[in-house]
Amino acid sequence: MSFILTEDQQMLRDTAMAFARDELPVTHLRELRDNDANGVDADTRTKLAELGFFGVLVPEEYDGVGLGMVAMGQIMEAQGRTIAATPLLQTAVLGASTLILGGSEAQKAEWLPKIASGEVTVAVAVDEGTHHAPLNIATEAERNGQGYTLNGAKRFVTDGHHADMFIIAARTFGEAGQAHGVSLFIMPKDTNGLTVQALNTVDSHGAAHLHLEDVAVGEDAVIGAVDGGWEILEPALDRGRIALAAEALGSAQAAFDMTLDYLQTRKQFGQLIGSFQSLQHRAAKMFTELELTRSCIGAALSGIDENRNDTAELASLAKARAAELIHLVSNETVQFHGGIGMTDAHDSGLYMKRARVQEALLGGASYHRDRYAKLNGF
Amino acid sequence: MAFDAPEELEAFRTEVRDWLEENCPASMRTPMRDDEIVWGGRLEKFKNPDSKIWLERMGEKGWTAPEWPAEYGGGGLSKAQARVLQQELRRIKARPALFSFGLWMFGPALLEFGNDAQKKRFIPDIVKGKTRWCQGYSEPGAGSDLAGLQTKCEDKGDHWLINGQKVWTSYADQADWIFCLVRTDKTVKHDGISFLVFDMQSDGVEARPIKLISGSSPFCETFFTDVKVPKEQLVGELNAGWTIAKRLLQFERSSISAGGFGGTGGSGILPPQEYAKQHVGVDETGRVSDGDLRARITDHLMYAKAFGLTVQRSTEQAKAGQEVGHTASIMKYAAAKMNQDKCELIVEALGTDGLGWSGDGFAEDAKKATRGWLRSKGNSIEGGTSEINLNVIAKRVLGLREHQ
Repeated sequence: MSFILTEDQQMLRDTAMAFARDELPVTHLRELRDNDANGVDADTRTKLAELGFFGVLVPEEYDGVGLGMVAMGQIMEAQGRTIAATPLLQTAVLGASTLILGGSEAQKAEWLPKIASGEVTVAVAVDEGTHHAPLNIATEAERNGQGYTLNGAKRFVTDGHHADMFIIAARTFGEAGQAHGVSLFIMPKDTNGLTVQALNTVDSHGAAHLHLEDVAVGEDAVIGAVDGGWEILEPALDRGRIALAAEALGSAQAAFDMTLDYLQTRKQFGQLIGSFQSLQHRAAKMFTELELTRSCIGAALSGIDENRNDTAELASLAKARAAELIHLVSNETVQFHGGIGMTDAHDSGLYMKRARVQEALLGGASYHRDRYAKLNGF
Repeated sequence: MAFDAPEELEAFRTEVRDWLEENCPASMRTPMRDDEIVWGGRLEKFKNPDSKIWLERMGEKGWTAPEWPAEYGGGGLSKAQARVLQQELRRIKARPALFSFGLWMFGPALLEFGNDAQKKRFIPDIVKGKTRWCQGYSEPGAGSDLAGLQTKCEDKGDHWLINGQKVWTSYADQADWIFCLVRTDKTVKHDGISFLVFDMQSDGVEARPIKLISGSSPFCETFFTDVKVPKEQLVGELNAGWTIAKRLLQFERSSISAGGFGGTGGSGILPPQEYAKQHVGVDETGRVSDGDLRARITDHLMYAKAFGLTVQRSTEQAKAGQEVGHTASIMKYAAAKMNQDKCELIVEALGTDGLGWSGDGFAEDAKKATRGWLRSKGNSIEGGTSEINLNVIAKRVLGLREHQ
């Protein structure tokens, strides 16, 4: 396990931080929101593609740069700092990972270069209920002569409202709750019977419900083994969880920095409010949580690159602690700012809104505590 | 900075391995027993005779203090070599040869602030475990506000004369020498403190053990009545003791957060989830059936894991020459919380079995856990309260100002 960035990773981090600061400041998200863009941002997508960010996990033989999760984590943390809306989590992490881990040679050759170049964006659609429960898949994929017919629905699929291609987790065997019988299907957005219902979400990033009615796909749409999709999906979800935790860490750090700045400039009773001990102690506790969580995320990112056997545990650790962290820091950011923190003109509220989405996606603290306990045998 | 070529390090590893194979007694490769910990000094009884041999051999090599200069009896190893030594000790599960405030706190401070004669006089005996040191810091009127200390030190021409009282002096009744903060100027606060060392067998020194809520304890009240101290036993300049005191506190906080905490109860106590499984029970899927307790135990385990990873991260950063900042204060605060949470969860999981005090009606590990839980309440008080540590983080790390 390494917590020290290599020169390449450090350069990528510097580039990503500068890009987020200069090209994707919070004001940019505000503009998107005020123009009802619902998080859809073609210009940013082009710039991300030019920077090569979509291909960070994609191996070089598929036209990516193959730098790995530690590198990807730096980009996620950077976009978290400015709570930017980008397709990276879904496309560059979840989509790419699912194909890298389970795709056939033909699938990889067809899709990975398009992902790496930014030509195609992907949304992996798993959850069907209001809480993350990736085994509770009821969407059915029934065998027909030429392939499969899918019926069901997916809820709150991030980037679902503008993705070019979906990866749908559906059940080919068994019932909701079982790992065996989950299969993964590639499905372009214009497939007959697939309806995309765009959602306006609290964080202004947008999402979509998907409705599948007699959607027919070919046999070549299946990623990995029929009934064996969970073997691919679970590690892919873990990569997504760790990347999302890194994003949340960036948001928490930025909100904390903003709060610290306010403590050092705002005066009441003739004093800087940062001199009040009740605020100092809460700030110090937040800082301690930030540092502890940063270590968990560093460990989880490098754990993937090193192919460790405890990556599931590390992913749940990272996601649970990042969720708790961003929850605490976003609430305190509003409270420390007082009245101004309640106004739409101030950024505190935007961080809190994005925080709740970061928490819920791919499992919140309680989901991952439960999983962590199970992995630890109790 | 010394550069260690990989092949030289590997040669060193072979050397260490061979030496340990030859010199580490078999019983020193078994888990430490609480009653066989060696603190050294003239009162050390070496309950296990092997521990005496082990200390002598390690002390002779200077490997109780691997990175201290060889000229003062230390190991004289580079950081990389010391790491190799640690790895090899861990590999054979060797017990620490010596527990010592001299090694953890006083020695590092003396190496930084002492003069050559003092280092020559005191450091070798710390390395060999011949002198046991105690710390004279807190006073009845000076706890968190340590700089308010009043123990009087007068210049009597050919000696210093000490009068006053210290409290929470760990193992004062067992120690040979004390490093002590005294007041040499009453007109100023921080700039009127000096750092002295003296023999605990001097006339006028008395140590009385303090009984804690957990039963017996290592702490004492220590009284000084007209204690005469030779002039050359002042460390650093007169009235410049506060700088040394603060530096030493950093060493103390690092050693506490590195695992030297009182209150886990020692060996034989299981982690909280094991007691929960035994005493609360599990459902058909193997989960602890009290979901709320299970979640809180998990939260604690995650905190503990995060803590361990943070120690690892700051070690790596220090190794790579990166700024580590005031990690000691953060880690001391976090370690106290972590240990107290663990002790509370263990007692809660034990249920009424965790509420015994003595006798055959309760298992040994359960009684230990109960005492450990009570003792752990001191974790957020000793070595700087958690509130003081939060103040330090706010001011030194976050740059927030003092209230005017």
